[in-house]
Amino acid sequence: MAGTGGKNINLKLKVWKQNGPNDKGQFLNYEAKNISTEMSFLEMLDVMNEDLINQGENPVEFDHDCREGICGTCSLVINGQAHGPDRGTTTCQLHMRRFKDGDTIAIEPFRAKAFPVIKDLVVDRSAFDRVIQSGGYVSTNAGNAPDANSILIGKEVADEAFNAAACIGCGACVAACKNASASLFVSAKISHLALLPQGAAEREKRARNMVAQMDEEAFGACTNTGACSAACPKEISLENIALMNRDFAKGSAKNRS
Amino acid sequence: MSYLSSTIGRKQVVGIAGLGLCLFVLTHMLGNLLVFVSPQAYNEYGHALTSNPLIYIAEAGLIAIFLGHIILALCLSMKNKAARPVKYAVNAEGEKSTSFVTKTMKHQGIVILVFVVWHLYTFKFGSFAPEQFEVQYGDVVMRDLYRLMVEVFANPMYVAWYVFAVFILGYHLSHGFSSAIKTLGFSHPKYDDKLTKLGWLYSALVTLGFASQPIYVFLSNQ
Repeated sequence: MAGTGGKNINLKLKVWKQNGPNDKGQFLNYEAKNISTEMSFLEMLDVMNEDLINQGENPVEFDHDCREGICGTCSLVINGQAHGPDRGTTTCQLHMRRFKDGDTIAIEPFRAKAFPVIKDLVVDRSAFDRVIQSGGYVSTNAGNAPDANSILIGKEVADEAFNAAACIGCGACVAACKNASASLFVSAKISHLALLPQGAAEREKRARNMVAQMDEEAFGACTNTGACSAACPKEISLENIALMNRDFAKGSAKNRS
Repeated sequence: MSYLSSTIGRKQVVGIAGLGLCLFVLTHMLGNLLVFVSPQAYNEYGHALTSNPLIYIAEAGLIAIFLGHIILALCLSMKNKAARPVKYAVNAEGEKSTSFVTKTMKHQGIVILVFVVWHLYTFKFGSFAPEQFEVQYGDVVMRDLYRLMVEVFANPMYVAWYVFAVFILGYHLSHGFSSAIKTLGFSHPKYDDKLTKLGWLYSALVTLGFASQPIYVFLSNQ
């Protein structure tokens, strides 16, 4: 399993173990031995789990899927930092060369009331799905794809919309926020639709509905501290939160009911 | 969902009230600087404010803004606390961490509230001295606020507490000023840094302006 250029290290792990949503949970100590520094963090956990299975013990449950930083499935708070110490990185892209031989690493789930623990490090992020269901779409029938030149969109606007659309919905913003606020996620979803003509028609109503659902899910409020954006693997800008605040206020003022 | 029961609506009202208080704090600080002009200018400014019948409307408005800011901020704070029932065992360091100023906004607010109550007790209601000090300029008899202030600031403990409290106020505003504006929906890559710096400049001016008065009075008494 050792890589070609890396060396092997041994680590002590403090991992959150929780049998189910209603279990209290606790930290257990594990060892990850002979870990190549070229492995990703998740591969390190795979090796640790293999050892546990070989010893007849229960492996540690964690979420993962694409392992190339685009699906938003992996999570983990590593030494207090969502997706680990690097910027613009998901846990699956974090490499073990970031750690030293003999290091102790604390691994916790994303912690929020809206993200209940299912088991160990796996949390239920379906609150995000419900926020999307509340307005993260264009409800008008836009017909067939129009000719590209018939709807002109400035490059800057297209870039801004694309940057917001880069959100992979991993939930690191919630995990990093001291208030477990989902503002960065919700605002990214509001922005990427609001900035383009197809989504602009419903932007204020969308903001109202999605914010209502966000509050319903028991996320906290935004304090403009910026930990979310620093922890975001796609480095979504705080500017989106200001856009959401604007659209929400306008939507509330214009709302007829 | 009504605007005032939403997190964003509440944050915006807290922000607007906070900006209103920022304006009040600035005018109060500038008024205090009359201490460097003369005792008469200081007393006459205070008299002009309190003898105007509109003062009651202004005071009622100020109390409403204060209460709105405090009550809604507490509601949000409770919601925020409930949003993470199980805390992290390890706190983040570096960029992904939360700044100390934002983590302690509530605590700073409590210090400021205690200070404001004490401050009103001492200066507005003049409860520090056994009798009200009075002074006459021309035909007009008015409170000798200057003398009261000089006597209060003769006590080094009061000066220390006052300076500490205005530094906490400045610290609160150093985040609050720019954060309120962002909450109201203003953010732009070109102006964000400038806005943050404007917040710091404003807070530094307010803090230094307020702190200069007791320090000056205490030192000139020595």
